[in-house]
Amino acid sequence: MSSTTFEAARALSAPSQSRRRWRVWPGGLKGSEFTWAIAFVVPYAAVFIAFVAYPIVYGLWMGHDPELYSELLSDPIYLGSVVNTVLFVGIGVNLKMFGALLLSGFFMRRSWWTKGLLLIYVLPWAVPALPTFISIHWMLNGQWGLLNNVLWDLFGIDGPGWLDTSRWLALGSVIVSHIWKWMPFWTVILLAGRMAIPQELYDAADVDGATGLNRFTYVTFPLLANLYLICTLLSTIFTLGEFNEVYFITGGGPALSTHVLATLGIRDAFQVARPDLGVATVMSALPLMIPLVILLMRKLRTTDVQL
Amino acid sequence: MSTVLTHRQTVRRPPRYRLRRNLRETAALAFAVVLLIWTLAPIYNMVMVSLDSKGDVFSNDIWPAHPSLDSFWIVLSEGYWYLEYFWHQFGNSIYIGAVTTFLTLLIGSLASFSIGRLRLKNGWIVSNAALLTYVIPASFLAIPFYSIMLKYGLANNLWSVIFAEVTFATPYAIFIFHQYAVSIPMELDEAARIDGASPIQIYLRIYLPLMAPALVAVGTYALLLAWNEYLYQFMLLSSTRSMTVPVALAQFLNSDEAPWNYMMATAIIYAIPPVAVYYAFRRRMTAGLTMGGVKG
Repeated sequence: MSSTTFEAARALSAPSQSRRRWRVWPGGLKGSEFTWAIAFVVPYAAVFIAFVAYPIVYGLWMGHDPELYSELLSDPIYLGSVVNTVLFVGIGVNLKMFGALLLSGFFMRRSWWTKGLLLIYVLPWAVPALPTFISIHWMLNGQWGLLNNVLWDLFGIDGPGWLDTSRWLALGSVIVSHIWKWMPFWTVILLAGRMAIPQELYDAADVDGATGLNRFTYVTFPLLANLYLICTLLSTIFTLGEFNEVYFITGGGPALSTHVLATLGIRDAFQVARPDLGVATVMSALPLMIPLVILLMRKLRTTDVQL
Repeated sequence: MSTVLTHRQTVRRPPRYRLRRNLRETAALAFAVVLLIWTLAPIYNMVMVSLDSKGDVFSNDIWPAHPSLDSFWIVLSEGYWYLEYFWHQFGNSIYIGAVTTFLTLLIGSLASFSIGRLRLKNGWIVSNAALLTYVIPASFLAIPFYSIMLKYGLANNLWSVIFAEVTFATPYAIFIFHQYAVSIPMELDEAARIDGASPIQIYLRIYLPLMAPALVAVGTYALLLAWNEYLYQFMLLSSTRSMTVPVALAQFLNSDEAPWNYMMATAIIYAIPPVAVYYAFRRRMTAGLTMGGVKG
């Protein structure tokens, strides 16, 4: 993901506005030009058909048996993972986006050290996921982990085993790690959104006597609301499919109680050797995902967010 | 009355204002320190453990008691059995990254040229296909993707991973190219066409050179994606010689007595290239793409 992710998605989903302005090939493509145009699209079409369309259809076929779903519904581990997914996505995404909104305001400050701090602050996003999650996994170890060592040295508290004693502690650790990893990315996006707001609006608000919170509620937020909503939708969809966090931080434990749908699906397919069950697990997220995707596509198409 | 009040305000305001500003600055600095600790804690933990010797990993120190670079040397010299093929795996990661980048740029730019510049009829189908791919989480597609790779006979082959990464990087490439190309005047294409240039010549001589900033941005993106991705590489590559670094790294976790210091040293060596690329290309990743003013 890069910071223009979202803008790009909008650019493409909006039917190209320049079509009306430009008619470069008057009367449409002719003869060999048409052949070229087709030939240029063929590589992508081939990739899409071979590696997206075919797997989707194959996946639907693998998970079409209703028996699979009744099997899932009678499995407490599956039901637990549905709850985990809802909590992980619901709490994780909202806390992360709200934190990013506040922090993007903080990084608008014009003191000399904020730029340097921003460079360090984006580090979690720049470092690959795997090393940091493994590091967090060890950091939260109850006996030898850095966190409990610090708690003991500073406050004399004997910290719990964060990952292996309680489901809620472990799930909380995963959520906090998710926020740690992805908040910088969304902060940068929202920061760009804030920077695009013309200074004159704030000057005008100043003249009208708006200060502090009023500046935020009457100028910043109305202009940022749409961007915030779209980012939240996009982030919800990405987070639903998040695999690395749970897999490396808790590994689904203790006692398979912190799996989310994405990790449980992979576990069913590769460790339990039931690919059909794995596909069914993942597909059960579709009722939540399809409305989100439709809503997102609509939002992207109908609004003209200036990022 | 009111004039008196305003007078008093103007007189008394400066010192209070300064005090308040200093307080705010102090509060902001305090917050910055908290933010720094929050951001750097896991990274500090990684560095600390990698500097430990084997015995010191299992201790209650919060900084390395006897810091040494031994674990890094062990990794670089492949001196531990999990790391037997470290450089080979490093090479695999580089190979996958390089080929993915090249193919993503090629396929993405061709498709966006055809849709955006040649205005292929029904090009929106391709755009929507790309958008669909973009919003499907990769992990949801993993299981059928794996079964299909078995059918294609590509299991445990670096090309299966390359195809997977290209599949997930190309939609983004198409978006960015499509968007960036709007800033290139169509008159150029028109002029070339009147001079008798064929579409492939326009693509090579006009489109690609003018798209250079977008190519750099998307190339960086594809390279980082391929280097950092784990799930597909883990599924599709199983033998030690075909593995990439992240898969090998995760293997450590499965061993009974994980050598945490070697693992963290491996993790740091693995993380350095993408972080360097990220900071080196940070400006260029977005410089060409700031149509609406995104700065990353």
